[in-house]
Amino acid sequence: MISMSLGQPTAAQGAVSLTPSAPSPAKPGGPAIAQAKLANGLDIVVIPDHRAPVVTHMVWYRNGSADDPLGRSGIAHFLEHLMFKGTKNNPQGKFSELIADFGGQENAFTSNDYTAYFQRVAKDHLAVCMEYEADRMKNLVLTDEVVAPERDVVLEERRMRTDSDPSDQLNEAVQAALFTQHPYGKPIIGWSHEIESLGRGDALAYYDRFYTPENAILVVAGDVEPQEVIDLAQKIYGQIPARGEPPQRTRPHEPEPRAHRLVTLADEKVEQPSHQSVFLVPSYRTAAPGQAEALEVLAHLLGGGQTSLLFKTLVMDDKLAVAAGAHYQGTAVDDTRFYVFAVPAPGVTLERLDAAIDAIIARVAALGVNEADFLRAKTRLVAEAIYAQDNQATLARWYGASLATGLTIEDVAHWPERIEAVTAEDVKKAALWLDKRRSVTGFLMSAEPAASVESDAESALVAG
Amino acid sequence: MSGRGFLDMRDMTARATTESPSRAAAVQKVVSKGGVEAWLVEDYAVPLIALEFAFKGGAAQDPIGKPGVATLLAGLLDEGAGPYDADGFHRALDEDAIEMSFSADRDILSGRMQTLSRNRARAFELLRLAVAEARLDAEPFERVVSQMAAGLKREANDPDYVAGRAFRSFSYPGHPYGLPVRGDLATLPTLTRGNLIDMRANVFARDKLKIAVVGAIDAATLATHIDDVFGALPEKSNLDPIASVSFSGEGERHVSQIDVPQSTIRFGREGIARKDPDFIAATVVNHILGGGIFSARLFREVREKRGLAYSVYSQLVTYNHAAMLSGGTSTKNERAAESMSVIEGEIASLANDGPTEQELDKAKKYLIGSYALRFDTSTKIAGQLTHLQTEGFGVEYLDERNRLIAAVTMEDAKRAAKRLFGDAKLLVTVAGRPEGM
Repeated sequence: MISMSLGQPTAAQGAVSLTPSAPSPAKPGGPAIAQAKLANGLDIVVIPDHRAPVVTHMVWYRNGSADDPLGRSGIAHFLEHLMFKGTKNNPQGKFSELIADFGGQENAFTSNDYTAYFQRVAKDHLAVCMEYEADRMKNLVLTDEVVAPERDVVLEERRMRTDSDPSDQLNEAVQAALFTQHPYGKPIIGWSHEIESLGRGDALAYYDRFYTPENAILVVAGDVEPQEVIDLAQKIYGQIPARGEPPQRTRPHEPEPRAHRLVTLADEKVEQPSHQSVFLVPSYRTAAPGQAEALEVLAHLLGGGQTSLLFKTLVMDDKLAVAAGAHYQGTAVDDTRFYVFAVPAPGVTLERLDAAIDAIIARVAALGVNEADFLRAKTRLVAEAIYAQDNQATLARWYGASLATGLTIEDVAHWPERIEAVTAEDVKKAALWLDKRRSVTGFLMSAEPAASVESDAESALVAG
Repeated sequence: MSGRGFLDMRDMTARATTESPSRAAAVQKVVSKGGVEAWLVEDYAVPLIALEFAFKGGAAQDPIGKPGVATLLAGLLDEGAGPYDADGFHRALDEDAIEMSFSADRDILSGRMQTLSRNRARAFELLRLAVAEARLDAEPFERVVSQMAAGLKREANDPDYVAGRAFRSFSYPGHPYGLPVRGDLATLPTLTRGNLIDMRANVFARDKLKIAVVGAIDAATLATHIDDVFGALPEKSNLDPIASVSFSGEGERHVSQIDVPQSTIRFGREGIARKDPDFIAATVVNHILGGGIFSARLFREVREKRGLAYSVYSQLVTYNHAAMLSGGTSTKNERAAESMSVIEGEIASLANDGPTEQELDKAKKYLIGSYALRFDTSTKIAGQLTHLQTEGFGVEYLDERNRLIAAVTMEDAKRAAKRLFGDAKLLVTVAGRPEGM
């Protein structure tokens, strides 16, 4: 197998990081987890892993790009960058230098529903990490001198990720078409013209609203004793005054989708066309019991690797594609996305590929799934939870992202059992969510210099 | 929940400067009856086994005019083997949630396997089939070639790949290191099954094989399994000799015009070989220039102070027969020239004046302290142990490494900086529409 990220619409799924080295999110989990809540409202999760004397310290805030005020897209992500600019008592760089002196690593990332900061250090230095995060939870100082160049950094980040990449521009247009009302349709990094208008005042107002102990989750994973971590957190984070109520997220609901939308982008830089379909589906938080798990199994069965239905049919049997897959983005506060993607074989049109994908989905919805395929998908999903135990940072991210999107420790810990409980009938029913009318299809196409699609070149066209 | 390996694992990590516990002591050298050797870290905390192995002889062994053969061979090892066709093999892996992957680098062809310990026997059996009996059938051959072609087309006008490809070909013209590891669209159709069979016969041998295993398995059991997987391979490999090569193009600038708002820049010059006595000091000096994140000069000057870029870095790259310093950034077209002159200024300043005492001290502290973070998962440890072996080091290097960094003096750092940055002339390749370059 050749590993390829061909045509996979990754931009909207992942998080946007402070620097280009943050790891990507994952699922899974199983060790003895401890949980606590401080009087000021700070939630604490401790995940012991005694194999190496290393600790991963994370603070998650329950706000992300979907909470950006209207016209201020990108503020969650911009503030994440600005959180490294120093506080009343500690000038810019002081804590970062301390962490680096310990050989520690740090970074931060912003997603649709959360913003998180982390350090990975030898376990002796946990207290310094806590002092760092507690300090910048309440004492951030911003001046125009540091805000202006950092806004340029974010604009360069956007130019790198999106403005130089037609496939990412298509992803952005697909998301914007899928969410007509809900802010998941806005890019995490923000639209260029809105980023350009963001200033110190926007950042501080947003900081004041969301960076409170009631809105934060502390996750510590590694070679630690839970009670010691909770005591230390009480001593350090406990000093932050409570603000009263946690901030409320108010987001408009997405209406029931009724019309399929096709979004095409043709650009002369594109030499390899690709296909994606994105369906509006419930998330782990919004779904009825068992529904999200069934969607997870469905995604795996449809497009999780080389024995999946899409790969087997489109790539191996019918030779219509060179790659194909599916992915369920279940970790979300509100209704979310189910992706299906494929890269056409030479000479195969995107329309023909689209029809073949429709037929595969329709067959699952009408006839259900093969028992062996179904069992294999569940086996691999459940094994992911065991593999995750090998990596404390993976576990910390899994728990953090789940709690930040409204799930509980128990939800995460019992995920493997709930996956085991999914029946073949549940998966068949879940396929009904993949109704074409609930979806946006994106075609990434080459723009032949003299072809009729000339008017589409360099811009995204949204069609009914 | 823990065995002996568990305690050893604690010793493997951190506290290197003060207490100097032995990481090497956690590693058992396992030698099978058939003479196959593996490094093992036994650990039962999680019911998993992670294995990594590497044969010397990667893309540098691709036949003349046919880049991509090693990558294609690696891509076909799990696409049908022994009694299984491609679909059957992948089903067998998926039914027991066994993870297996293979890849080719410049100098090695390597593989990784991870399994739940309860599926151990099956995992090693499938690994044996992939290593010893991959079928290289016509169906997966055509399919994987078309996947490689699609990948190359996808990258064709991606500024990052365009700048990287140009950088590569100008730095090592006429040498295998200048050719693309993942093949070339023009020559992909000429690759044959015969090319794969030849490469496998030349490369898959026991004399240049390195193996590392981490997890819930004891030495005796592992010895049996590695004999099964690798024991039947030929004793000796038959590699084409690769000439040592110097870095070319210092002082040159090459621009590939792409219609994008940002210029992606690669820069570099001759580096310092892995076994050179100045390599460790050079590692420290590179960390000061652009290896660290927040602390590096390039991060501070290019990103933090001027807002010129999101990403800016430098790194030391070593191959078996070459070494380079390389780096990169992406800046809007209007400010590309400014970015490049800031980078050149920092390189010249380090070449002439060396780092400050404080920079040196901080870089050493970071490099020493962060070594532990490379050893906190089974797959990371297996990767580190395989890498160490392919680089030709003994297990004692695990303990030696931080002592070598601690011993770097200001004199060493200045000497290494002079050697590394020299006259500060760089090969620069740019993709975009840079102004003033």
